[in-house]
Amino acid sequence: MPDIPTVLQQARRSLAIARKDVRIYYAKGPVIIFGVLFPVFLFLSFTIGRHLSVDFMIPGLLGMILFFTATSVSPIVIPWEAQARTLERLMSCPVKIETIIMGDILASFAFGLAISLVPILIGLFLGITILSPFIFALAVILAALCFASLGTVFSIPPTNMPSTVNMIAAVVKFPVVFISGIFVPLDELPAWGQAIAYISPLTYFTDIARYSIQGRGHLPVALDLLVLLAFTALFLVVAMKLHQRTMPKRI
Amino acid sequence: MSNDVAIQVVNLTKYYGELLAVDHVSFTVSKGEFFGFLGPNGAGKTTTVRMLTGVIRADEGTASILEYKAGSLRAKQVTGVVPEMANAYGDLSGWHNLMLMAELYGIPASVARERSASLMQETGLYPRRDSLVRTYSKGMKQRLILCLALLSDPEVLFLDEPTSGLDVQSARLIKDMLQGLNTKGKTIFLTTHDMEEANQLCDRVAIMKEGKLVAIDAPEKLRMAVSGMHSVEVSFDNVVKPEILASIPNVNTVKKLGDKWRLYTTNPGELVVSLTNFSSSNGLKIISLNTLTPSLEDAFMALTEKEKKNA
Repeated sequence: MPDIPTVLQQARRSLAIARKDVRIYYAKGPVIIFGVLFPVFLFLSFTIGRHLSVDFMIPGLLGMILFFTATSVSPIVIPWEAQARTLERLMSCPVKIETIIMGDILASFAFGLAISLVPILIGLFLGITILSPFIFALAVILAALCFASLGTVFSIPPTNMPSTVNMIAAVVKFPVVFISGIFVPLDELPAWGQAIAYISPLTYFTDIARYSIQGRGHLPVALDLLVLLAFTALFLVVAMKLHQRTMPKRI
Repeated sequence: MSNDVAIQVVNLTKYYGELLAVDHVSFTVSKGEFFGFLGPNGAGKTTTVRMLTGVIRADEGTASILEYKAGSLRAKQVTGVVPEMANAYGDLSGWHNLMLMAELYGIPASVARERSASLMQETGLYPRRDSLVRTYSKGMKQRLILCLALLSDPEVLFLDEPTSGLDVQSARLIKDMLQGLNTKGKTIFLTTHDMEEANQLCDRVAIMKEGKLVAIDAPEKLRMAVSGMHSVEVSFDNVVKPEILASIPNVNTVKKLGDKWRLYTTNPGELVVSLTNFSSSNGLKIISLNTLTPSLEDAFMALTEKEKKNA
């Protein structure tokens, strides 16, 4: 077990890695604009003409934006750095592999949080009210961490081709959006549809967002939060453990 | 382990699938030593360095840096690394690269700023400190990478071909800095292809071949150990055919080097006498005549070739 000073020291170094990621990979015009526009258009293409209420649409849009942005760049950071030959430098520094992964997750988390403000502000402008702001904020933070961790799970296979990792990520990300009760409320899904929806972490976030904005969700909100927390822990542990095995193979 | 050991390697082994990349390698580097690590491409040098710097794990054996297990946080904390073909972050300025490194080594900000400024001045990068690294030339990038490795003032420095492909000025600057550091007592582990560099800089060199160490000694001793590699360099005022030179007594091999001839021999003294006789009887004038002892390169070739023949 590492001692507390080591944990604190490594946490500070994770933050340094996260700041580096933000500077290099996230704080770029195209990344930010694409991060907002892509989910917005995808969302509009499935909702326009269906006479849905703003209260219903905003939680879904928020879920999509948070999910897509938090998983957009995090999968390609490690393969990209291996290809650019900066990863070996990083690995020879006094940082654990977990520290590097945590740094990448934190950057993605911050990016997800920042971009999620866009749909929230749009919603407030269109007149939605957030009935449970504390639970809502907790859910947004937890979901951003959960999806950012999922992003680094996609980059576990030791390929140094960012395009391959993007493909792996896309194969998972697109189906997830359609099974998470974003376009069709969970209540209206058949039993088998609901069963599939329950395997997606995005379902639970969307449900909490609906609860916070529409006043009612499909599942008890405590259960939603608990499951989201469990998914976050699972993705974190899987990413940390498996990257430890695969990262040296990239060099 | 005695206290003056900087790097201790025992039976270090690495497989890549079926391939035995590093084969039970053992050696010790003393504190303050300038240690050269030589070998042809694919000999396992970089793999060894990567195990010592904790980038990859060994399959067998152990290694330690200043008594810390190689790859541990403590070992990495006292080590500076210039990896083979490494890059700094191209989308960050030289200065921001140094500040990132300072944070990763836990160097206080004020110390980091002071050291970064002095390292950048020493390497001539200071005027370009705020430019993005991708606008740097290859020589500037490599000088920055050396600054990154030196920022934590490490006791042990690993450099994997730090001067390969560089312009003369950058290569010279890096070599001078390494010599200066070594004089101050830092241990330096240098992987290189450049025999002249190894000969000039290193207290001892190890030669690796197909994953095994084939020799480890002072460059001078390695050179002397190679028998039959003495040579005489001679040039005449007129054209001479190599066949005729080869027929002179005591000549083993003939090699043309520009307008000179290098004649390999086991007996350089006798050969000089033969050469003067040869020139007077053939009406040739000797323009220059030098006897040469084997170079480190000759020793390297002899050692690595011998292994090939045995294999």
